[in-house]
Amino acid sequence: MSGVEGYMYPNEITLYWSVLIVLYPYITGLVAGAFILASLVRVFNVKAVAPTYRLALLTALAFLIVAPLPLQLHLGHPGRSPEMYFTPHATSAMAMFGFVYLWYLMAVLVFEIWLDYRSDIVHLSQSTTGWLRRLYRIMTLGSQNISPRSLAIDHKVGWIVTIVGIPSAFILHGYVGFIFGSLKANPWWNSPLMPVVFIFSAMVSGIAAVLLLYMLTTWMRKMPIDMPCVDTIAMYLFYIFILDFSLEMLDLVHRVYEADESFRTLNFMVHTRLYFSQIVLQICIGTLVPILLLAIVQVTKLPALVRRRIYVVSGCLVQIGVFAMRWNVVIGGQLFSKSFLGYTTYKMALVTREGLLVAIFLTILPLGILWVLMKLLPPWPEKEQGSLEPAA
Amino acid sequence: MNLDRRHFLVMLPAAAIAWKYVLAGTPDASPNYTMTDHWWSMLIDIPKCIGCGNCVRACAAENDVPDGHFRTWVERYHVNDWHMEGPEVISPDGGKEGFPAVAQSAGGGEGFSSAPQDEGKYFFVPKLCNHCADSPCTQVCPVGATFIAPDGVVLVDQTYCLGCAYCVQACPYGCRYIHPEKKVADKCTLCYHRITKGLTTACCENCPTGARKLVDLKDPNDPIHAFLKTHYVQVLKPQMATGAKVFYNELDGSVR
Repeated sequence: MSGVEGYMYPNEITLYWSVLIVLYPYITGLVAGAFILASLVRVFNVKAVAPTYRLALLTALAFLIVAPLPLQLHLGHPGRSPEMYFTPHATSAMAMFGFVYLWYLMAVLVFEIWLDYRSDIVHLSQSTTGWLRRLYRIMTLGSQNISPRSLAIDHKVGWIVTIVGIPSAFILHGYVGFIFGSLKANPWWNSPLMPVVFIFSAMVSGIAAVLLLYMLTTWMRKMPIDMPCVDTIAMYLFYIFILDFSLEMLDLVHRVYEADESFRTLNFMVHTRLYFSQIVLQICIGTLVPILLLAIVQVTKLPALVRRRIYVVSGCLVQIGVFAMRWNVVIGGQLFSKSFLGYTTYKMALVTREGLLVAIFLTILPLGILWVLMKLLPPWPEKEQGSLEPAA
Repeated sequence: MNLDRRHFLVMLPAAAIAWKYVLAGTPDASPNYTMTDHWWSMLIDIPKCIGCGNCVRACAAENDVPDGHFRTWVERYHVNDWHMEGPEVISPDGGKEGFPAVAQSAGGGEGFSSAPQDEGKYFFVPKLCNHCADSPCTQVCPVGATFIAPDGVVLVDQTYCLGCAYCVQACPYGCRYIHPEKKVADKCTLCYHRITKGLTTACCENCPTGARKLVDLKDPNDPIHAFLKTHYVQVLKPQMATGAKVFYNELDGSVR
């Protein structure tokens, strides 16, 4: 049998969770991480990162809109997916997806964005013309009241929504980790640390993504980058990254030291089939190098230009590392036999429904959605306070 | 159709009788079957299995199992005295066409007779869905399309299954697959269409040595009760605590 080494149970030779299932935790991770960054401003009152607040919310929304697509495309019968809402199976972790997703989308993100942008939307609905005016009119939901009192209420409610949003973001992504971590059949996945590791790596990837997007959009608008802002984000990124790495290492050390019945098999897999994606990409290039780079910034006084370059490089490496981590979890968990006697190979298709091209498209799509959102609801800090120019 | 008047007249009364049944509609699949009266499982007698692959072929024919996927399969274990924990296992095409002969000499060139390769022991292990009483696969199904029937058989409602493959991941025994054409989860049904009519499964029916026996634990007259009292019987991966119901007589510790 091609691609099989040793003995696989005959039904295990085909992998059923493809690159799209790798993409799904990666995308929801970005959502959760971006939201946590926004909550730093709102709840934890970290003023320095305020310029990224709205951008972080819009980033979270853009990726959240795309999050269910890879799942949907992967289903054998996508048309039956509404059954998860109508007849959810109470003992299934996966059945909760629809509810967690809807809750997070509507009760947290859209609500918070609407509250935050409400006065802007009202202004825009008056200053624009044509179909844009009609669109903004609809977005006001019929309320033109932007009196100081009503805005104060908005602010208070928004604060409560963010408070609710933080555990919701943890649930959204922690539950993705639980889907894997709760399967006793698969020793590569089965770990109570899995949801925690997922949450921390999500924060790392989401914060790094907003950092990159902030620098990119500011550069494209030819505006000066707010250095205290990016420095503060980088500091948070560094500390959360340390926590994330410690947890991942704890998991690894525990597995190596405990060396249970699955250890030989998994150890061999990590040193062969997963060597490049796990050791090289995830641990060295995607974790150790960016941690080192961010640490250098923390302990030395580097010029702004060097710091900015370090942030861009480490932000990109973080994305590679976290994507590799998702890959190693999802694909790695299917490469070995549950008999612990052999290995199979994942052959990624190119143009099929679950192929590489679709995966690339789904990675780019949120950026397109974000572009539209930014045109519609400009997140730029210097234009806040309800004095927005007409968009576009 | 070439039908002359004589044939037509002969056929007419037959057709009239048949028409009565057509009008009556489809009869109940198994009118006298009460699910709660049964608790199905299977007994596999390892010393009796000769690895002929009859069960695999019978299952594939009976249940239209797609090529390369298996509701049941047979493994051949070779356990060396020195590597009890690392058995050599093969199952070429699920053991459907039996197994290659064990090489009698190894290492030696032509004309040499070196030490026989078959040190240690060889034996066959037929596998199928364990119809677990606490099945991890039914636990994770997001819509409850797979379920444990009141008679202990784990089934899939294929008109309802999303094809998400979570159950495939959750099965510790590798018994499930996604049907390549139907795009839904598929697995051993314990020949539900047969056992509810009082028949045995296709694999048991076709086993030439009686190594596989369908058993009903709720039937006090089933010989399984006496068998379990007098033999050393084990289930696969007991540490998984799935309540597996396929019992293996004289199962070697190296089997996983």
